[in-house]
Amino acid sequence: MSLQLLTYIFVGITFLVYIGIAVWSRASSTQEFYIAGAHVPPLANGLATAADWMSAASFISMAGIVSYMGRDGSVYLMGWTGGYVLLALMIAPYLRDFGKFTVPDFIGDRYYSQLARMVAVVCAIFVSFTYVAGQMRGVGVVFSRFLEVDINLGVLIGMTIVFFYAVLGGMKGITYTQVAQYCVLIFAYMVPAVFISILMTGNVIPQIGFGSELNESMGGGYLLDRLDGLHEELGFTAYTEGVRSSLDVLFITAALIMGTAGLPHVIIRFFTVPSVRAARKSAGYALFFIAILYTTAPAIAAFARTNLINTVNNAVYTEMPGWFRTWENINLITFDDKNGDGRIQYVADPVINELNVDRDIIVLANPEIAQLPNWVIALIAAGGLAAALSTAAGLLLVISTSISHDLLKRNLMPDISEKQELKFARIAIFFAVCIAGYFGINPPGFVAQVVAFAFGLAASSFFPAIVLGIFSVRMNKEGAVSGMIAGIVFTATYIIYFKFINPAADTAEKWWFGISPEGIGTVGMLMNFIISVVVCRFTPAPPQDVVDMVLDIRVPGKPS
Amino acid sequence: MQEDDNKYWLENIRILKILLGIWFIVSFLMSVIFVDQLDVIRIGGFKFGFWMAQQGSIYIYVILIFVYLKMMDNLDRKYHHEEKDIIAEEASDQVS
Repeated sequence: MSLQLLTYIFVGITFLVYIGIAVWSRASSTQEFYIAGAHVPPLANGLATAADWMSAASFISMAGIVSYMGRDGSVYLMGWTGGYVLLALMIAPYLRDFGKFTVPDFIGDRYYSQLARMVAVVCAIFVSFTYVAGQMRGVGVVFSRFLEVDINLGVLIGMTIVFFYAVLGGMKGITYTQVAQYCVLIFAYMVPAVFISILMTGNVIPQIGFGSELNESMGGGYLLDRLDGLHEELGFTAYTEGVRSSLDVLFITAALIMGTAGLPHVIIRFFTVPSVRAARKSAGYALFFIAILYTTAPAIAAFARTNLINTVNNAVYTEMPGWFRTWENINLITFDDKNGDGRIQYVADPVINELNVDRDIIVLANPEIAQLPNWVIALIAAGGLAAALSTAAGLLLVISTSISHDLLKRNLMPDISEKQELKFARIAIFFAVCIAGYFGINPPGFVAQVVAFAFGLAASSFFPAIVLGIFSVRMNKEGAVSGMIAGIVFTATYIIYFKFINPAADTAEKWWFGISPEGIGTVGMLMNFIISVVVCRFTPAPPQDVVDMVLDIRVPGKPS
Repeated sequence: MQEDDNKYWLENIRILKILLGIWFIVSFLMSVIFVDQLDVIRIGGFKFGFWMAQQGSIYIYVILIFVYLKMMDNLDRKYHHEEKDIIAEEASDQVS
């Protein structure tokens, strides 16, 4: 069967499954719509959280980024998993015990302030939109490359599917679709990884193959030693050594970790389980399922890098295999024969280098480069779509609840009935899908830059406010609000300056203490903590009912 | 009752200090600050520091959460906070 037909079949089947789940799990109350009635078993929530978390970026781009950054790529591997330890130990169980619907719910109630609630709503909406635009674009790219439809049509199809199950089923529909999507995406990710690991090292498990010796046919010797050798030969830094300063790596990792722990679409997943213990347990399951992909990604990165260099370096251009042309046609590979010898020079020195390879290709083209069968390539398309759609749905739900629940019900229109609130939630999701689709079709040129923004903001606003709200009884609204505002303003100013106002200055010499905009969220977070604690000292203690609430969420199983 | 809650909370904090201490050492000391020093040690084809940064740290995170679950189960049992929760959870496990 042709690759295209296979891809249509795989994508078609998975889409039918998602729609089937949506029809089966319609939501009839706000509780079902916002938190799936708090009936989701820990294992299912773990699977759903993993799919919710792993986006088009994790699935398509991460291995490619690690492949290009070598050891420095570990900032993403640790940054996007380490936060789950903080979530499990410091946030999820207590917020589950609090037992409401959203993160702004907690911030607003804990700090007895509509201002705090509004700051949280604005941050939640901003962070979620930033993220969702990238997902819709990912859907479009997968469609255009694998199904040869127009990118815009691809985005529209993706929007329709998400709209269908998010509007019908709310959190309930999203949760069970995410469970299915996790299965699709992890299968699609692992199959090529296992194939390539066997092909290159004879080892079935990529995580072990990564540290094994190459097959005789590939020249023997440890894979990573070979890769280091190739890198040095071509003038790159050795693969297993870093370029960035330890301090910067430390700050970036910390910002991604704290950002992960403060992202609303992840936190609300822990509102959907029936108990505090279930929240702890599902955080463990979630990270386990995430770790399967995250420990495979660096293995794929090293395999693909070795393969790529072996295939292209000094090869005759006209003899390149078919995949090279396909990706060249859509400009993800570009070749410029500077010295006119008809061969490809792929080296670190930009003056001599003749080849540019887009990072996303590492995952998308890996099966083709390794000459795997067509059905494996078709799987990648279904997996990429599952990753993008599951994350998009989780984010759209945060946007919708922020508007219908936090903004309308809890602030502007407290008198609306549950039925009306549910209607507003569905209308909000409709508009959110449309806006997300618009950004997918007309992507703002700065999507890559705003990712730093989303994590920096989550780290410098939500994370300290939530943690202080649980671990300090004395923390009051003056402290929390001034801390959040200081953290956000500082982080946003630093990122906007280096990414938008003066991008030319975005170099290690110009950064404060050598901390890149990606890592500045850590400084914003520390600032937030310090200012909150200091301001709190000089302002009145919180009222007794808030103190009681804090003491209450610290102990599981008590009625509030 | 109030006193029990206080003791429970202090023990909870003690558990967090131990586990987050390990978490900090693994993430920031072993995988970032001292990564070059650890790279001297080799395990198969891996340099140890590199392996910690790209593999080991993630495995340890997963283990930490399950250890936490176990320690909190014991703590909840000690202070009798467990019944309602576990019953509710088992009921929902059966539904699925």
